[in-house]
Amino acid sequence: MSIPQLLVHDHKDNVGVVVVEDLTAGTNMTCVVTEDDSDFELTSNDDVPIGHKVALQDFAVGDTVIKYGEDIGKVVAPIKKGAHVHVHNLKTKRW
Amino acid sequence: MSRKIMAYRRENGRVGVRNHVAILPLDDISNAACEAVANNIKGTMALPHSYGRLQFGEDLELHFRTMIGTGANPNVAAVVVIGIEPEWTKVVVDGIAETGKPVTGLSIEQNGDIATIASASRVAKEYVHWATELQREECDISELWISTKCGESDTTTGLSSCPTVGNMYDKLLPGGIYGCFGETSEITGAEHLCAERAATPEAGEKFMRIWQAYQDDVIEAHKTSDLSDSQPTKGNILGGLTTIEEKALGNLEKIGRTSRYVDALGPAEKPQMGNGLYFMDTSSAAAECVTLMAAAGYVIHTFPTGQGNVIGNPIVPVIKISGNPRTLRTMSEHIDVDVTGVLRRDMTIDQAGDALIDMIARTANGRSTAAEALGHREFVMTKLYRSA
Repeated sequence: MSIPQLLVHDHKDNVGVVVVEDLTAGTNMTCVVTEDDSDFELTSNDDVPIGHKVALQDFAVGDTVIKYGEDIGKVVAPIKKGAHVHVHNLKTKRW
Repeated sequence: MSRKIMAYRRENGRVGVRNHVAILPLDDISNAACEAVANNIKGTMALPHSYGRLQFGEDLELHFRTMIGTGANPNVAAVVVIGIEPEWTKVVVDGIAETGKPVTGLSIEQNGDIATIASASRVAKEYVHWATELQREECDISELWISTKCGESDTTTGLSSCPTVGNMYDKLLPGGIYGCFGETSEITGAEHLCAERAATPEAGEKFMRIWQAYQDDVIEAHKTSDLSDSQPTKGNILGGLTTIEEKALGNLEKIGRTSRYVDALGPAEKPQMGNGLYFMDTSSAAAECVTLMAAAGYVIHTFPTGQGNVIGNPIVPVIKISGNPRTLRTMSEHIDVDVTGVLRRDMTIDQAGDALIDMIARTANGRSTAAEALGHREFVMTKLYRSA
């Protein structure tokens, strides 16, 4: 298998992490779920920096984002599958 | 896991991996004298810091505990303590003396800096002669006390460097080491999961009391709108971490899969329940946290970083682990263990854990860490409230 561009912790997760530098919009990414090393493909919609997250599904405002199999916050702006997920569209539910 | 290391066995039986002669100021105004002594006598190290005057109550107790614990740490062979006045200086000297190691206190009042520096220099010189003749002897890796705290975290720490530390703990804790993790504020978001990782209900309840006290006394009392201006930090956000929950979940990867903590400690508090993993109530600021863990007696610190934190400690070697390929490309001089292979899927977490254990053994045997070679000696006292 080629070096993956996106890693996902858990099968319950709905976001993954870009693990290569200079990922550009339109890249067909090899994605690996680290839980069991299974893989799938996904096209990135945006230029996404290393370490930043990509949506594995479409999200509406109020949806919950799951990473490590756990709730990491709520969606505050709609997100398309393959798009960059960060502070512009995801926020903690705590405050 | 058993593995032989060459280290210093101290008078009280503890194992140290460094052999420092420390010149320890009791208070901020004694820094100048301590630095002068360290300049006079080669092979000694001054530990300047910012506090020690007009503290009271719990804050003063923490100050004494940190001073005594730092001097008592097995990485320190002998100590000269200098304070402005004799009484508080004696408290620290007596506390360090319980370990059986050589320690002498001097006070500046009615002597002046110059006479104090002369007297302290003579003592320090004798300590250097004595300490430099001490030999490393065969010890076991299971005798080490190994702490952890991550910094400049990003999403790669949760994927690679933090689980590497967790894997090390899962392998070494059953053999008998003492472990320690902390960062009360950065557990926020995963406190329910942390509570579940206690070995006993008592330890879990104690952790939750500490965590709740932090929320009530610090966050609620001082917050502006929320913690978002500092947690996640600007560096965390640049690295891709979005929420405090996401940061906390990555942070907790450091305690592995099977490890359970046996007790929750106050800042700089010495473990009292035998070998095993401990939680400690600390700030998430790297230098403050590592200073507290060193004062509790930990002799090696493992430090996962994503974006590249450069922290070190004067008496404890800080081993940096990173899996972020950009950080390895831009600032590799700060990283001791490269686990970028985990992201490329050509290195497993099991292999990364073994690489860290190997680096712990080499560091214990005397290899200088990146932080030591680069001169990072951050020694930062934790202050609970304003002085009188």
